[in-house]
Amino acid sequence: MRHLFQNPVLRWLMRNPIWGFVLIVFIFFSLSSDHFFDARNFQNILVQTSTIGLIALGMTLVMINGNIDLSVGATLALAAAFAVDVQSWAMFATWGNWQILPAVCLALLVGIAMGAINGFIVWKTGVDAFIVTLGAMLGIRGLVFVYTGEQSFYAMNFAYSDFSAFSVGPLPVLALIFLLCVLAVHWLLSRTVHGRNTYAVGGNREAAVNAGIRVGPHMMINFMIIGFLAALSGVLLSTQMGAATPNLGRDYELWVITAVVLGGTKLTGGKGDIIGTLGGVLAIGILRNGMNLMQVPAFYVYVILGSILIAVLFLDKRFNTSTDGGLRL
Amino acid sequence: MTRLKAGGPAIAKQGILVAFIVFMIAFSLMSDRFLSADNIMSVFRQSAIIGVMAIGVTIVVIGGNLDLSVGSMLSFATVLVVDLHDKIGPELAIPVMVLATLCLGAINGFLIGILRLNSLIVTLGMLSAIQGLVLIYSGGQNVDIVDQRGTWFAIFGRGAVFGIATPIIIFGALALIFHVIMTTMPFGRRVHAVGGNPTASVFSGIPRSRVVFMTYLISALCVAIAAIILGSRVMGSQNNVGQGYELQVLAAVILGGTSLLGGSGSILRTVLGVLMLAFIQNGLILMGQPYYTQWLVTWAVIIVAVWLDVAAKRGRLFSPIA
Repeated sequence: MRHLFQNPVLRWLMRNPIWGFVLIVFIFFSLSSDHFFDARNFQNILVQTSTIGLIALGMTLVMINGNIDLSVGATLALAAAFAVDVQSWAMFATWGNWQILPAVCLALLVGIAMGAINGFIVWKTGVDAFIVTLGAMLGIRGLVFVYTGEQSFYAMNFAYSDFSAFSVGPLPVLALIFLLCVLAVHWLLSRTVHGRNTYAVGGNREAAVNAGIRVGPHMMINFMIIGFLAALSGVLLSTQMGAATPNLGRDYELWVITAVVLGGTKLTGGKGDIIGTLGGVLAIGILRNGMNLMQVPAFYVYVILGSILIAVLFLDKRFNTSTDGGLRL
Repeated sequence: MTRLKAGGPAIAKQGILVAFIVFMIAFSLMSDRFLSADNIMSVFRQSAIIGVMAIGVTIVVIGGNLDLSVGSMLSFATVLVVDLHDKIGPELAIPVMVLATLCLGAINGFLIGILRLNSLIVTLGMLSAIQGLVLIYSGGQNVDIVDQRGTWFAIFGRGAVFGIATPIIIFGALALIFHVIMTTMPFGRRVHAVGGNPTASVFSGIPRSRVVFMTYLISALCVAIAAIILGSRVMGSQNNVGQGYELQVLAAVILGGTSLLGGSGSILRTVLGVLMLAFIQNGLILMGQPYYTQWLVTWAVIIVAVWLDVAAKRGRLFSPIA
């Protein structure tokens, strides 16, 4: 039995239990549903996962910092509204399909700006990120309603709503963008000074300050990254729908946090990685997709996901006794 | 003026009260309907549901934990009491619903108090799970009470005693009772101790697990009472009626100056936070603003209120972080 645990694959799974879970649900649905194990369905899962997944990448950085961002759903809606609306501004009327470019750029800038506001307030006031972004969640949603006047916007340019139908080889373009972002953020977190600082700030803020890391601007950059990713997610979601509604992205912050925590990132900061987060979002994506294919009412997915979240927390507490599970706000 | 006196001037400690008065004066100058007795009564009545829930959440937060599941729990309790009203009658529906809701609170309390799991994640999971339970129970259908005029159940949301609407009386009475419990009784001191310093509280012989468990039971009880008011007022329920309430409630609690670190906070100041949010909403609508402008104002008010609080404690306005 002992030599089993020398096996590198098994040892890796022990360290990343969420991937074991992904494997189990994957095998389960492959055996029990006729339509699950199918290249088209895998493409679907990746596209469905990309919306939550993109934000989860940013949330991983912010949570490793020991912060949290509850405003991502609202930021997503604001960016989507800008992306769809700006295209139809009169000043871009003669630009043809190029009118999409300033719209998307502006939407992404708005996302970065929202993140910068959150980050700046956290930095300068020293108020906890939970409170700052809870306020921003309400406030940015208010901005969405002010901007849209409670209306939905529809993309008049079909090149915009056709974008999500493109594929690059076997990969849908939305899935490709998501996977590229996974690689980029993984590289940022594991190979750069900024990534090392992210762990340092979350692990021991005092020590990070003493080591000469400028903690305030550092945290602000991570908030800008999550703002950018939330905006990107909003743009991609609006290409899928060809529209932006003011209530887009409600409750997404809860799904994202669920995915990131499933992936093993600690709320206390200092611990977590992108590989785990990818496992977390895939676990949720596969569960929702598979249960959908098996015609389980969507209601049960909520119960099962909630139970899994609590079970993971319980198992983590049982087996990783060295880590403190306490809330640090 | 970046350096404040250590401990802060007295006025900074009462930031919420000052802001409250400023807002009241500003609104009453801008709208002549604002300060009428009718309007004030209707604001009180509207704030009762969030207010009752905020009382329970304040106690949980003083104990050093969070409760994000109150929104789903409100959906659960309201759907249950409205649905059972026509099936087994209100005199049975109310106790059954209260018991069921207390069971949910007990699950929270068991996982967080006894097993010591992280409260944010547990109640986040419960938020999702309870929402699922509601949908399974109702089959995705909305529920309502058929005979709306003939039932005495109407008294909780629509009735009045001595000319004061029942929701206000329930809200006021609960606030007073729990304020007295939290400030004068041993249980209140224990909750403060557990939230302020868990380790020290265990060394002084306080049953930490049981105290935390109790705070979640109280929170569930408050949700059940809020559900009675809501169900009786609407005489029906959508199955996601409480969606988003958890964060509005938390916003009111934070505005009232209760520290998310635990150990400090007060029920009466939470009531002030609830009323302030309700008056901001009401005042902006009376001024002819669309309802969503209140969210923008709430954003600014929450951050400035907590900022002043934090600044007064550390004795300087800006954070010393580089």
